[in-house]
Amino acid sequence: MNYHSPASFAEASALAENADGVTRFLAGGTDVLVQLRADIVTPDTLIDIKKIDGVSDITQNDDGSWTLGVAVTGAEMTEHASLSRDWPGVVEAMDLVGSTQVQGRATLTGNLCNGSPAADSVPAMVAAGVTVTVTGADGSREVAVGDIPTGPGRTSLAKGELVSAVNIPARGDNAGDAYLRFIPRTEMDIAVVGVAVSLRLDGDTVTEARVSLGAVAPTVLLVQECADAIIGSTLDDAALDALAAAASAACNPITDKRGTVEFRTDVAGVLAKRAAKIAYARAKGETVKGDHA
Amino acid sequence: MALDDRKSDFTFVGTRPDRPDGLDKVTGRAKFGADAVAPGMLFGAIVRSPHAHARIVKIDTSKAEAMKGVKAVVTRADFATGLTGEFWNVQENVMAGDTALYDGHAVAAVAATSALDARDAAKLIEVEYEVLPHVTDVDKAMAADAPVIRDGTADGSVPEGMHPNVVRYHESGHGDVAAGFAEADLVIEDSFKTEATHQGYIEPHACLASLGADGKGELWCTTQGHWYAQKHCAALLGIETSQLRVTASEIGGGFGGKTTVFIEPVALALSRKANRPVKLVMSRSEVLRATGPTSSTSMDVKIGMKKDGTITAAEGVFRLQGGAFPGAPMEFTAMCAFAPYALENVRQVGYDVIANRPKQAAYRAPGSPMAAFAVESVIDLLCQELDLDPVEVRLKNASKKGTKASYGPRFDDIGLVECLEAARDHPHYSAPLEQGQGRGISCGFWFNHGGETSVSLALSEDGTVQVSVGTPDIGGSRASMALMASETLGIPYENIRVTIADTATLGYNDVSHGSRVTYASGLATIKAAQAAIAEMCKRAAAKWGIPEDAVKWEDGCAVPSGPNAGDFEPLAMADITADMGATGGPISGHFEATPEGAGVSFGVHIVDAQVDPETGKTSIPRYTVIQDAGKAVHPAYVEGQFQGGAAQGIGWALNEEYIYGEDGRLQNAVFLDYRIPVASDLPMIDTVIVEVPNPGHPYGVRGVGETGIVPPLAAIANAVSRAAGVRMHELPMSPPRILAALKADG
Repeated sequence: MNYHSPASFAEASALAENADGVTRFLAGGTDVLVQLRADIVTPDTLIDIKKIDGVSDITQNDDGSWTLGVAVTGAEMTEHASLSRDWPGVVEAMDLVGSTQVQGRATLTGNLCNGSPAADSVPAMVAAGVTVTVTGADGSREVAVGDIPTGPGRTSLAKGELVSAVNIPARGDNAGDAYLRFIPRTEMDIAVVGVAVSLRLDGDTVTEARVSLGAVAPTVLLVQECADAIIGSTLDDAALDALAAAASAACNPITDKRGTVEFRTDVAGVLAKRAAKIAYARAKGETVKGDHA
Repeated sequence: MALDDRKSDFTFVGTRPDRPDGLDKVTGRAKFGADAVAPGMLFGAIVRSPHAHARIVKIDTSKAEAMKGVKAVVTRADFATGLTGEFWNVQENVMAGDTALYDGHAVAAVAATSALDARDAAKLIEVEYEVLPHVTDVDKAMAADAPVIRDGTADGSVPEGMHPNVVRYHESGHGDVAAGFAEADLVIEDSFKTEATHQGYIEPHACLASLGADGKGELWCTTQGHWYAQKHCAALLGIETSQLRVTASEIGGGFGGKTTVFIEPVALALSRKANRPVKLVMSRSEVLRATGPTSSTSMDVKIGMKKDGTITAAEGVFRLQGGAFPGAPMEFTAMCAFAPYALENVRQVGYDVIANRPKQAAYRAPGSPMAAFAVESVIDLLCQELDLDPVEVRLKNASKKGTKASYGPRFDDIGLVECLEAARDHPHYSAPLEQGQGRGISCGFWFNHGGETSVSLALSEDGTVQVSVGTPDIGGSRASMALMASETLGIPYENIRVTIADTATLGYNDVSHGSRVTYASGLATIKAAQAAIAEMCKRAAAKWGIPEDAVKWEDGCAVPSGPNAGDFEPLAMADITADMGATGGPISGHFEATPEGAGVSFGVHIVDAQVDPETGKTSIPRYTVIQDAGKAVHPAYVEGQFQGGAAQGIGWALNEEYIYGEDGRLQNAVFLDYRIPVASDLPMIDTVIVEVPNPGHPYGVRGVGETGIVPPLAAIANAVSRAAGVRMHELPMSPPRILAALKADG
């Protein structure tokens, strides 16, 4: 196994471009190192991107948007007061990943590029409209988070490409987001269903909404029908029921050791309602502590 | 020296001193199974079957043997031949013969100079399999069309016409159940299933083995019973028992799962072949796939009750799947099922069924928790139908002293009524429930055990004491032994050091199981201390020139008594030991026996469950354990045993399960998906220690380690069923299962 710690993303990209066999990028390592030790994936080339300048920075740009380095950890996000105030759903989704120890290492980028349909931060990022900057041999491009995963363990990143930054939009006024996941326990588990809602209000009325589902299909879903169910409403019971029905209808899950098709389909609707209520309250300026269902 | 009378006033027993192993464990100094090293040590790795059932056509080890760093490869050919009975079963499980019988079954092993090399070499061992049909479910394994797993395994107890996968049968009871059911106002019959669960000890199996060509060996391992390991390893390797010295490491949990051997004989075989010490450490996946989980069960229970709550008859059929080997504890399931109740008419039947799963091992009160789940669920249904209070109904039918037990004998002093009264009077039982909550209760029973026991106690010149016991400390027994020795000798707890002796330095000891250690090793420690006291009294009598029987032992001193009372100043223990070399030689005491007065144990649990009707998710906001300890030697440890039983029971009831795919492979062989409760899943578990002394122990001690896991499955099922408004018949009561039951109920 060859280990590299390049000083730039261009160098990292070139190393990957020219590597043979299995290549893995190493940021927090909470997936890569576990898979290595468990004899699931033994990379031929390991490219450590933690030593590139700026990868641990959380920056708020002049327009209110945020740029997060690829090695920013979950713990650093949770402790960042203004990021947490702007995007509590995204921050809490990342905070649900792993234990306190894992939070000291795990990153949004790693959670995305691991390609798990059950990744907690991914639906939250999709609902929030987050993009990532992808660097390759031909330079950089910006890609919506939802376009990165292509199936369990697979991404759209080409050989020699890697994520070099996470871009979170400006939050703006009268808006809120939330992410809820279902696990049978209270901690240390993988989402059986995950639902993220981001919305904006005009007075009491929802004017914008994005609803994203995790762990109910081979990849994360952004469900327009869910958004349509609540846009124009005051999140009354009829709108919530329509939201739940749309969420359940969008599910394309499997039965496995973590849950059944029926269960995932039902609970997606339940969580969509609960997450929407939290996002709505946050958009009204209320402080609502998120929790998994 | 009237020390044979049961003691009731205690100075040290019943206090809560610091645990003797505490500092070592919190500082990392304690040496567990994987902490041993030896010069020239090799690392082992095991090749395991990926198939649930497959004939082993050929094993080609040549590529592995040619790899640099590889020093030995072993297969079944490197073990003893001609074994029979349980030795053969254990050998067959430790290393497959002609057939791999479950996913994870060991088929070969390799030792190399590094752990990574061993892992890579294991991949080079080529095994050709002929895949055979498999079955993993207990009911399917008994069905007429089930594949036959090991024909000819059944013993003579099995009735004619059963499938060959049914290998043992049990039937017991008394009275006339048909007549009893005819007397009932309501008879309920229902069926239940439970999935296999694992003990979940945090320390995987690990050992360091060294075996020479001269047949002399050393084995260091994490085990609940090193004499068991010695006997079985010697048999499996074909060496003499006494030539293998086994030392038990500090143990990171066992719960019954470390009462047998898995990797130890393999490490010894590798060591013998390589002529180097070999270390073997299991991964968590290996632990889940290839050690001994519980049996899975399928059960039918029928109980008749009068309107006033009197049980008129009870009948149960208990089918246990225990892997591809005989030994599922179905007779315990059957015998424990109705033990809490005084029944005139009772009958219980058990079937031991083999399937393509790992050989089950003991797990705290093996077999009893499942029985309680089925029986106590039916009692709860009867209480609901007849509108009766669940505790009062159990009190009305409770077994007491003199009751003819459902499994045969008459009970001596037992504490079930006291436990039920404590439950009825506990604030938890009358506390109001919130919306969405339900409350369940259950009784639980376990036999407890005595077993072969040897203890040696030696006095030091400074008056301190070293106690050597042979029962690995899985639940705080070193503290309990020290407390009982200090009580007997009348010297401070801190003056006593208790050590787990190796097999070469003490007589035979049965495994630390059956809740036997505090009872049996404790009894032997008291007797050994009494022997030392007798010798000290003799030395004092000689010094004073008075008869031996004119000296008594009081508060750690020899005191002249009778006509000589007051003639001499008392001699403290340290005064006697200081010159013992000149007064007759070293003083020690020892005791060897198979004590048979273990004293059965009952408990009652009260639990509140909260069910989310939209997701089927259960939380446990309140839990109370009430159990008879006879006499709690170290109450903090007793409470810990109670809480541990409840915690493991919550996992078993709600989310833990072995999940097999259609291919017969275990789907969830990691802790991520084998869902043991985490700390935040549990409430603070309240405990009440009831003390009805055990007549079979000098201080009244009963074992407490196992009964605590008997009631939780049933108590939680009753709470969940009441909270959800729908009866749950299958464990675990995972959210998908509860939500499906709610939907089916409309």
